[in-house]
Amino acid sequence: MADEKRIDEPTGTSFVGHEWDGIEELDTPMPRWWLYTFYACIAFAAVMVVLYPAIPMLHSASTGVLGWSSHGDLAKEMAADHARRAPVMHALEQTPIEQIPADPKLLRAAQEGGHSAFKVYCTQCHGAGAAGAKGYPNLNDDDWLWGGDLKTIQQTLLHGVRQPGDDETRMSQMPAFGRDGILKPAEVQDVVSYVRFLSKQEGVTASSRRGAAVFTANCAVCHGDAGKGNRAVGAPNLTDGIWLYGGDRDTITETVTNARYGIMPAWGARLDPVTVKMLAIYVHSLGGGEKTPVDPVPAPAETPVPAAVAAR
Amino acid sequence: MANLLNRHKVIERNVTLLAVLAFLTVAIGGIVEIAPLFWIDSTVTKVEGVRPYTPLELAGRDIYIREGCYGCHSQMIRPFRDETERYGHYSLAAESMYDHPFQWGSKRTGPDLARVGGRYSDGWHVQHLKDPRAVVPESIMPPYAFLADRDLDVSHIGDHLVALRRVGVPYTNEEIAKAAEDVTTQATGEGDTAGLLKRYPKAVARDFDGKPGQVTEMDALVAYLQGLGTQVDFKSAAPREQAR
Repeated sequence: MADEKRIDEPTGTSFVGHEWDGIEELDTPMPRWWLYTFYACIAFAAVMVVLYPAIPMLHSASTGVLGWSSHGDLAKEMAADHARRAPVMHALEQTPIEQIPADPKLLRAAQEGGHSAFKVYCTQCHGAGAAGAKGYPNLNDDDWLWGGDLKTIQQTLLHGVRQPGDDETRMSQMPAFGRDGILKPAEVQDVVSYVRFLSKQEGVTASSRRGAAVFTANCAVCHGDAGKGNRAVGAPNLTDGIWLYGGDRDTITETVTNARYGIMPAWGARLDPVTVKMLAIYVHSLGGGEKTPVDPVPAPAETPVPAAVAAR
Repeated sequence: MANLLNRHKVIERNVTLLAVLAFLTVAIGGIVEIAPLFWIDSTVTKVEGVRPYTPLELAGRDIYIREGCYGCHSQMIRPFRDETERYGHYSLAAESMYDHPFQWGSKRTGPDLARVGGRYSDGWHVQHLKDPRAVVPESIMPPYAFLADRDLDVSHIGDHLVALRRVGVPYTNEEIAKAAEDVTTQATGEGDTAGLLKRYPKAVARDFDGKPGQVTEMDALVAYLQGLGTQVDFKSAAPREQAR
């Protein structure tokens, strides 16, 4: 460790003073560009500490001269976006839902907004293409459990189906005919045969003839004498080829035995009214949307009317 | 400048001095990070509605941790527009004040779950946990069907509440005494539901897993998931964490 400076002749650089078996270390300085970048970083950090929240205090961090916060930043961004969308959202809010399809521009905006919201909130059950899954209805067809006009879809969205804690939710409960012993196992099989006859999957058999009587006594009150369903209680039409849980013998037997209790969340508590409106318009436009009935009497079950489809 | 560099050489050549100064430097970093934890009670802004977990939710949370759900799911909505528009209001510190440990997570293979409560039906959760592909075809989540077959072990749930009370969760003696009973009440919807609601406001008591009369691990996990993010009512009051 020699403190006196010795200069390496060929390079003009001083030695550090370490020596191993005649090999010595040169004290080559940092490149200037590196050193000045380093100093600039320190200066930048000092400025940041003054401008932005940086130093933890007892109860919160120092606030910084600019008064920036991530929450405030988000609020500003959301406010700007809110202002940008305000004219359309206001128009959607003011226009009654059944009149929106008459305004092509508004309809377009509602469908796009509804599509976005659908991707966030609805696809997990109804699928990305709204084709549904076992237990979750296909929204592309014209088969509706509770009704397919705009106002009815909106009502379903707002209050859900069998949503616990919502007073206006769509409510009905099919009895568990087999589990609760209302029907004997043989009767269950008979009524399954009859339901499969109704949906044209099986011909007339002795079992289905016996099942017809069981159906009239137990099922017709909700599903109708002809098995065409009743939207007031969400009883599905059993005569078409569309099944929510499945139309094979095993699945229908399970349905009659244990009943089904499909639940849809009430979105009115979670989403703003305009988003629900846009969702209703989007779902209505998927292919099965029905016209709003002129009188408050619910439309008959078998009237698929392509309404807003043409506007797409 | 050269003078300063020479002084630095003094430090480099004196091991004791180097150690003392290095310790002081690191200590500053430590104090800055650790000291605020001593004032944590006043650091976390209290928010109305946040309550300790019900015993059933707590049992579900244990299963959530046991199965490593945090490896793929975060519970922390950051204050960015893309996150708040997808998941809901950004998470507040107070919402995890009774979490020991919190489940913020740092990685999302699956979606954030901070506000998943009430978003899907119980049936959806059960179906999804048993076979995620049944409802979300593109999902890569492993199935957890066995949860529906395993009875929930509640023999130590009271001790669990006691342990949490030691670290600051305000469980009362009554809540600890009735912990096991509350589990059954909440998982079946039968029994002293009024008492349960009094002890844990906004708790939902019903059969979660579709197996009435049996309290399974599925019940607990679904009850926990259905409660996530539902305690604070963001519509009735503005968020209390200051925004500038």
